[in-house]
Amino acid sequence: MTHQLKDGGQVLNVGMLARVEGEGGMHIEIRDRQVVDVKLNIFEPPRFYEGFLRGRKYTEPPDITARICGICPVAYQSASTEAMETICGVTTTDAIQDMRRLLYCGEWIESHALHIFMLHAPDFLGYESVIEMAKTHGDVVKMALRLKKAGNDLMEVVGGRAIHPVNVKVGGFYRMPTVAELQGLRPDLERGLEDALAAVELVAGFDFPDMEQTYTYVSLRHPQWYPLERGTEVVASNGTRFPVAEIASHIKEFHVEHSNALHATFDGGMYFVGPLARYSNSFDQLSSRCQEAALAAGLAETCRNPFKSIIVRCVELAYAFEEALRIIDGWTDGHPPSVPVEPRAGEGVGASEAPRGTIWHRYRIDADGIIEDAQIVPPTSQNQASIEHDLRTAAQQWVDLDDHTLTHRCEEAIRNYDPCISCATHFLDLRVERS
Amino acid sequence: MTAATHDHATANPAPASARPKLAVWKFASCDGCQLSILNCEDELLSIAENVHIAYFPEATRAVVEGPYELSLVEGSITTPEDVERIHEIRAQSGTLVTIGACATAGGIQALRNFADVDEFRSIVYAHPEYLSTLDTSTPIASHVDVDYELRGCPVDKKQLIEVLAAFLNGRKPRIPSYSVCVECKLKGNLCVPIATGTPCLGPVTQAGCGALCPSYGRGCYGCFGPQDSANTDSLTQQLTELGMADADIVRVYRTFNAGAPEFEAASNAVETGGAS
Repeated sequence: MTHQLKDGGQVLNVGMLARVEGEGGMHIEIRDRQVVDVKLNIFEPPRFYEGFLRGRKYTEPPDITARICGICPVAYQSASTEAMETICGVTTTDAIQDMRRLLYCGEWIESHALHIFMLHAPDFLGYESVIEMAKTHGDVVKMALRLKKAGNDLMEVVGGRAIHPVNVKVGGFYRMPTVAELQGLRPDLERGLEDALAAVELVAGFDFPDMEQTYTYVSLRHPQWYPLERGTEVVASNGTRFPVAEIASHIKEFHVEHSNALHATFDGGMYFVGPLARYSNSFDQLSSRCQEAALAAGLAETCRNPFKSIIVRCVELAYAFEEALRIIDGWTDGHPPSVPVEPRAGEGVGASEAPRGTIWHRYRIDADGIIEDAQIVPPTSQNQASIEHDLRTAAQQWVDLDDHTLTHRCEEAIRNYDPCISCATHFLDLRVERS
Repeated sequence: MTAATHDHATANPAPASARPKLAVWKFASCDGCQLSILNCEDELLSIAENVHIAYFPEATRAVVEGPYELSLVEGSITTPEDVERIHEIRAQSGTLVTIGACATAGGIQALRNFADVDEFRSIVYAHPEYLSTLDTSTPIASHVDVDYELRGCPVDKKQLIEVLAAFLNGRKPRIPSYSVCVECKLKGNLCVPIATGTPCLGPVTQAGCGALCPSYGRGCYGCFGPQDSANTDSLTQQLTELGMADADIVRVYRTFNAGAPEFEAASNAVETGGAS
């Protein structure tokens, strides 16, 4: 929608940005063909998790914080269990870690499949929704639904259900799935891997706007594995690296008036978390098949074009299927589902790689295990500054496009992030002002 | 209600104008219940052929003006603006169904109802004056008439499809109101409080999840809210006998359905030492 301002300028207004998880607003102001102001307004009502977690027990965050987000509950469960185990001085077993990674593969699969095909691909193929897309791209949509279902099925077997899994606890799981249950998933996971590799090829053929960004990429790093359910270090593309336990001294949150989600800085500057950061910081840890698929799709070992995040998500989707199959094939019955975790007073951090990027929790508990302080830092809130930076770049780069096309391009620049505004808090109301 | 009763995907669905218009609305929530619609992978295309998805921002940029024959509402009311918005939605909706614990009982964010919200604001935000928020999180039915309330944190997708099918066929949804215990018996589960001494909210919680937690060896934690004749006094006594401290009993009643009247009364009773 376009209308003229009294001073001769123009306002482009999209009531609500669609195909993102949650609701937020966008304000772009253009004067004399120069973008002078960009704001991502997040006015999702706050739910005060960090407030009501005080006074709860150290065993409760996996169930409670899962409810921050219906799309990535496992990200919250993983970060909170790790934080509590760190505080209580407990190390879990390799089998428990494998099962956590397997559950997390399910979440990456369902979340990436949802975003790639249902939220993001319609931008490239020129549709309003995946349902519209089904009329002409029936096979692609069927593949998308199959991929997503494979992820949800995996989560149901390991976690009990796909949204807010019930089987996760501090110390491990309530019950380990059996070899027979896991092997039952194998045919769909094999097909999923083939589909995901085909998806890499498919999306590589989309038409991508040229845009290169230089912000600092931040992600977790594990000595052995591509970062997923945990890492030992935080690494940045500028060469900075430090143990996960020190994350709170590098990342600082602050409150700005136009957003109910806290902004954040990394060593005082803007940074980016998410698939592009993981891929570029840890390309060496992808499997050779995924590396080859990425290179064949035209990616280099780093990717600096946010519009190409859809290709990187497809590569990670394939990787998640490979990892799921690897863990399932190595699984044996009889592992204890959990280790005991007795409370002790202290403070600690847990971090994992949510589908949208690094998430970290910090808790302080007393000797009885009662939470005294909680801090939860999800990916989308950390990315607010880089989203605004991309919007500024996009609006300036394509300032001569007509209002309708520019508005759509700006929406796409936001959807590149797969933003989860429920996580960050939520309402996107896109406004471009011109004069 | 409009009767468009395709059971299966058809090659030539009715034109959009002949199908009832569906709108999906969000208030304070995690998106999980509306995601349950997209998680109906086997049924999604059939659903889209039987209703006209007219407003569903999470799934589509297209917006079709109301009125809407069916509105699904996720989330609870926590801001002054949302109090007004839910009345506008009610006015343009034929049938209004709430989906999930937030919309039906206020959700986990209803824990603010038991606390000082000013303190919460200052714990989370450096500038509480930027926020517009109410002191309570309340269910949709506290503000407008609701035609049906679907329970769950999250809702069960089979129950969600049953609600859609019932709407399309002009009948009442067949959703059980008995307890999780019945589901455990039907599945042949071991009773976790009796066999292992594990505290379990199953006796006072409405069925719908398929007794998931007991199937995984843990006690039910009440995602579907109170069943229709919940005897919380008796359960509180049993939880005490299983060795739970009062503070822990208060916490188990105060989670995702903390604001449901039966659970709220039960937690308050434990806190004050009386019966609910």
